[in-house]
Amino acid sequence: MSKPKVAFYWCASCGGCEEAVVDLNEVVLDVVEAVDIVFWPVAMDFKVSDVEALADGELAAAFINGAVRTSEQAEMAELLRRKAGAIVAFGACAWLGGIPGLANLYSRESILEFVYGGSPSVQNGDGGVPQELIDVPEGRMTLPHFDEDVRTLDEVIDVDYYLPGCPPPAGLIAQAVMALVEGRLPEKGLVLAPDVALCAECPRAVTKPEDLKVARFYRPYEIVADPETCLLAQGLVCLGPSTRSGCGAACIAANMPCTGCMGPTSRVIDHGAKALAAIASLIETREPGEIAALSEQIVDPVGTFYRYSVPASLLHRRVGTKGGTATEGAVAHPAPTSTTGGES
Amino acid sequence: MSEQGPEGTFEPRIVAFFCNWCTYTAADLAGISRMQYAPNVRVIRLMCSGRVDPQFVLAAFRDGADGVLIGGCHPGDCHYQEGNYNALRRFELLKRMLVGFGIEEERVRLEWISASEGDRVQKVCNEMTEQVRALGPLRLETVQSVDEGRVAPAPAGEPVGQVTA
Repeated sequence: MSKPKVAFYWCASCGGCEEAVVDLNEVVLDVVEAVDIVFWPVAMDFKVSDVEALADGELAAAFINGAVRTSEQAEMAELLRRKAGAIVAFGACAWLGGIPGLANLYSRESILEFVYGGSPSVQNGDGGVPQELIDVPEGRMTLPHFDEDVRTLDEVIDVDYYLPGCPPPAGLIAQAVMALVEGRLPEKGLVLAPDVALCAECPRAVTKPEDLKVARFYRPYEIVADPETCLLAQGLVCLGPSTRSGCGAACIAANMPCTGCMGPTSRVIDHGAKALAAIASLIETREPGEIAALSEQIVDPVGTFYRYSVPASLLHRRVGTKGGTATEGAVAHPAPTSTTGGES
Repeated sequence: MSEQGPEGTFEPRIVAFFCNWCTYTAADLAGISRMQYAPNVRVIRLMCSGRVDPQFVLAAFRDGADGVLIGGCHPGDCHYQEGNYNALRRFELLKRMLVGFGIEEERVRLEWISASEGDRVQKVCNEMTEQVRALGPLRLETVQSVDEGRVAPAPAGEPVGQVTA
């Protein structure tokens, strides 16, 4: 009875963060030993009313993954904020907006149009779109509102800690949970991961040339990368220099470049801009025409550098895509099915 | 965020990052020579155009700039040898990234202006001001805490389930 109570919740996310908790394997038993999980929609049958019945602050911690896009997600976040002593933004989406945050490059209207009509894989006979309110003989039915913006968790509620990653690495999760359970509370606002760049823990760092220069950028499908050598030195756009470590260089171990899911270090405000600066500075040539040509080899700069952080960026969203006025935004930046599409 | 001119007309707000050794000195020269140019440009002196972190440009837009101008030494003249080349490398990619965020590339400009080219500062500042004036104000959307389009949950009638179509 005296065990601390914790809750897990998901907002706009893919379920990968829930997998990450399960991936704790036997460590999850230690966690369950130490805490009472009182709410976890993906795995346990508790209701919202169970959370509402808790006293304010009764939860030791709530781990919330996913960005916030609907009124329901915002309400749940606010409810958990009242009930929990500490809120942990769990994963890249909750911290920075994540992959769902890329939707801030499109207007709400163009997304609804595409998903319920334009998408080639959708057949929607009468062209119906979800309604928030509908009266039927049995009563009134409601759906949550689909907001204009994808917001990060801390744009909606006060957040105490952040666990980075897509999804957060098991080791960091276990450390964070145990620290909270044992009352070893870190300084508020902290990102619970090492505050150095990935290159610092990359096993290929020894092969990174002192004066690293790139003569041509490659996308992963364009070359077979050497499995030992620094990926940047091979011309692959690896965001290791501008991304926080703590993932054990998992992607690098699979011979894939870092895409930045662990977010920036504490010295950086805008992850994408910093990543862009780090990569652009590697261009070897001084010739203006060649510099422009190399920059063109990075086909989708926003998708490459802001893959996980559009909502948390200084610009927050694409200009002119709010308020349903600009479908032109969707034209200039092709819809996801376009053959020229982005790197993701 | 943009300023209003006399009859409520749009006055562009332009932030300029000038390098200490060439372009800022040129701006000084323009001033000493009493050259008149558009007062819309706010100059920030940095030691080198290579110091212009793309975050500075985004922060300028975020805080109300309608355009951003970067000035550095001519190629080969950089006081730190490589700084202006790095500025150019970042600028090319930054321009394309801004377009992805819906910001017209005409809102940013990189110019090489040496210490003796006061007249060029005058010309570039005037051109940039007119170019941005023609584009109009940059309308950056900020985070809204509550969506205005949100329908308040209806008290009449109990929700009975999820609507599927």
